Amino acid sequence: MATASRPRDTPLAVLVLPSLLMFVTFAVVPLFGVVVLSFTKWDGIGAILPNGLGSWQQVLADPQTWRSLWLTLLTMVITWAVQTPLSILLGTFIAGHQRYRAVLAVLYFLPLLLSSAALAIAFKALFDPNFGLGAGLHIPLLSQDWLGVQLAFPVVLAVIAWQFIPFHTLLYQGGVRQIPVQLYEAAQIDGAGRFQQFLRITLPQLKYTIITSSTLMLVGSLTYFDLVFVMTEGGPGNATRILALDMYIRGFKANQMGAASVIAVFLVVLGLGMALGVQRLGGRDKNASQLEGL
Amino acid sequence: MTQLSGVTRRGFLVAGAGLAAASVVGCSSTSTTAAASGGTTAGKATMWGLSGKPNEQILTDCVAAFNKLGKGTVDVTFFQNDAYKQKIRTAVGAGEAPTLIYGWGGGILKGYADAGQVLDLTDWVKGHAAWKATFFDSPWGAGTINGKIFGVPTNNTQPIVMYYNKKLFDQVGASLPTTWDDVMNLVSTFNSKGIAPFSLGGGSKWTSMMWLEYLFDRIGGPEVFNNIYAGKKGSWGDPSALKAYKMVQDLVDAGGFIKGFMSITADSNADQALLYTGKAAMMLHGGWAYGGMKSAQADFVKNNLAFGGFPSISGGKGDAKNVVGNPANYWSISAKASAAEQAVAKAWLVDGMFTDTVVDAFIASGGVPVVKSAQTKIASSADKDFLTFVFNLATAAPNFQQSWDQALSATQAEALLNNISQLFSKQIGPDQFASNMNATL
Repeated sequence: MATASRPRDTPLAVLVLPSLLMFVTFAVVPLFGVVVLSFTKWDGIGAILPNGLGSWQQVLADPQTWRSLWLTLLTMVITWAVQTPLSILLGTFIAGHQRYRAVLAVLYFLPLLLSSAALAIAFKALFDPNFGLGAGLHIPLLSQDWLGVQLAFPVVLAVIAWQFIPFHTLLYQGGVRQIPVQLYEAAQIDGAGRFQQFLRITLPQLKYTIITSSTLMLVGSLTYFDLVFVMTEGGPGNATRILALDMYIRGFKANQMGAASVIAVFLVVLGLGMALGVQRLGGRDKNASQLEGL
Repeated sequence: MTQLSGVTRRGFLVAGAGLAAASVVGCSSTSTTAAASGGTTAGKATMWGLSGKPNEQILTDCVAAFNKLGKGTVDVTFFQNDAYKQKIRTAVGAGEAPTLIYGWGGGILKGYADAGQVLDLTDWVKGHAAWKATFFDSPWGAGTINGKIFGVPTNNTQPIVMYYNKKLFDQVGASLPTTWDDVMNLVSTFNSKGIAPFSLGGGSKWTSMMWLEYLFDRIGGPEVFNNIYAGKKGSWGDPSALKAYKMVQDLVDAGGFIKGFMSITADSNADQALLYTGKAAMMLHGGWAYGGMKSAQADFVKNNLAFGGFPSISGGKGDAKNVVGNPANYWSISAKASAAEQAVAKAWLVDGMFTDTVVDAFIASGGVPVVKSAQTKIASSADKDFLTFVFNLATAAPNFQQSWDQALSATQAEALLNNISQLFSKQIGPDQFASNMNATL
C-alpha cells in the first residue's frame, strides 16, 4: 500500500497549490494583518502608529464590548435553540415522498432565494410603526413598535430564523433521506410507534447532520451582519449592536481600525473555538458507523 | 515604518472583511493611470459626486458644459450618499482618491488635511479674490482648518428649520410656536386631539442630534459647543448642556415625538411623509426636506406647509437668530493628483462650478446656492417664500453652527450619535450622557 501511493505524492502537492495560494492570500495573510493592526492605532487615512496594548486596553475597558459580546452569545444560543428543533421537524416532514409535502417544501425554501439586504428592507418596511403592515391593515395587535428599544432584538432574531431555517431544513431533509428504510421496517415489526421511531432511529441517525448544522449556526451567528445592519444599524441606541456590527462601527464609522481589529481577533478566536468544540462533541470514533451492515 | 505601514495597510485592505476592500479595488483605476500620463497637453481630472435628484443632474450638466470650454476634461462618477462616505475614506487612505474630493468640511476634512491628503488652497484662493467675493462668507468657515482653506464651498446652504402642517394647526385652532413654552403647550394640545406633535426619524440618530444642537444654542449660546469643539475637559457636562438633555427627555416623556420614532429612519423620508400625510403636525429638519416634500407632495407644500426658525427659550443666552445645519458642501483637491489634474480641477472650480446656469438650476430645485447672485434670482423663483426665508436665515445668522457630526472627528461623532440615540430612547439619563461624552474629549 505504502509503495503504491508514493508516485502520487508530487502531483498531489501541485494540485493543492492553487487553493492553498488562495487560502493563504485571502485568509491567512489578512488574519495576520488584523492581528498586527490590533496592536496599532490607525484612523484609516494617516500613518499606522504602533500602539502596544493600547487598543486592547481600550476595547476591554469599554462596557460596549461586553454588551455586544453578551448580545452575540444570546444570538448564538437563541438561534440554535429555536432553529434546530424547527429545522429537524420540518426536515423530517418534507423528507417524505408525498406530493403535498413536495409542494410545501418548495414554499418553505422561498426565503432561501432572497438576498439578506432585500429581506431586511422588506421587513423594515413591514415593521414600520406608521406605514407598516399593522398600520396599513388597522390591526392594533400588529401595530407594535417592532423595531423599538424593547422588541428590536427578538424581532431581528425572528427574521434571522425565518431566513435560515429553510437552509437547515434542507440539510436535515438530506440527512433523513439517507437513513436506511430497513431500520424503520425492523422497528415497525418490533412494534415501535412513529414517535418512538423518530426518537430512537431518526434523531440518533441524524447525529452528524446535527453537528454540521449546529457548527454552521453557531459560527454563522458570530458573523450576522447584513440583515441587522440594514434593519436597525445596531439601534435603537445599542439594543442590537452585536459583535460583528460593533466591529464595523468602530472600524468604518469611528475610524478606529486598531480597536476594530481587536474585536476581529475576538471573533476569529471565538469562531475557531466554537467550531472545534462542536466537532469534538461529535466524538472521534471513526469506527462507529451509522450505516447498517458496516 | 513606512515599509511596515505599507505592508500592513495592504494586508488590512485585503482583510477588510470584503466590505471596503472590494470597493477600493473596484474603483481604484482612475487617478493613478491618469497621473502616469499627466503633465502632457490635454488635462483631465476625476471627480466623485453624490447620486440622487436633483444634484446629480445639475452636476452632470455643469461638468458637461465645462468640458466644452477647452480648459480640460472633468470625469464625474456618482455614488449613493452613505456608500460614498465609506468609499471616499478608503480611497483617500489608499492614495487612490479622485482629483476633486467632495465632502462636508469640519472634522473629516481636518483628518484629510492632517494626513496631507488634500491641497492647501489658501494662497490660490487669495489670488482669486474676485471669484471668492462671489460667495457669501459664512460657508468658508467649515472648509477652513487652522486658518488654512482646504475646502471650497459648493451646492446649497442648508440650515435646519421648523416645518409645520398648517392644516392641522387650523384644525386644533393653534398658532405657530415662537417659544419653548408654546412648543410644550402644543404638544399637549395635539396629543389630546390624537395627532402626533413632532415627526422624528430617530433611527437615523443625526435627526435627534438636530434637537440638541438647537437646544444647546438657545440655552447657553454658541460657547457651549465651542468649548466641546476646542476639547475643553468636562464641557459636555456644562449646566446648559445638562439642561438641554433634560428638556429633550421631558419632551419625550410628554409624548412630543410620534409613536415609534426610534425605529423611523430618515433615509426613506418616512419622517417627512408623516408631516405631509397629516400624522404629525411639526418637524425639525434640514432645508433639503423642502425639496423632498415638494417632489413627493407638491400640493401640500403649496397649500399647507409653513416654516420658521427654532423657537426661543426664555432665560436662554443664545440669539434666536442663530442657526445650525450644513453651511455648504465642499470640494477639496487631492494632494496625490498630478499638477495637470490639479490645474483642471482649479479651472473647474473657478469657471465651471457656479455658472449662471448652475445657480438657476439649484434655485429651480428648491435650494439656495452659496453665492451672492442667488439673492436676486430667488425673488423670481416659484419657491420664493421658502428660499427667501432660508437666504435671510443663513445670511443674517450671528452664528451658523455646523452640524456636530460633521464638525467633530469621526470617532467623537460616532460616540455622540450612539449616545444621543440612547438619550432619546431613555436608555441613559442626562448625567450618564454627559459622562459618556466627556470621556471622548
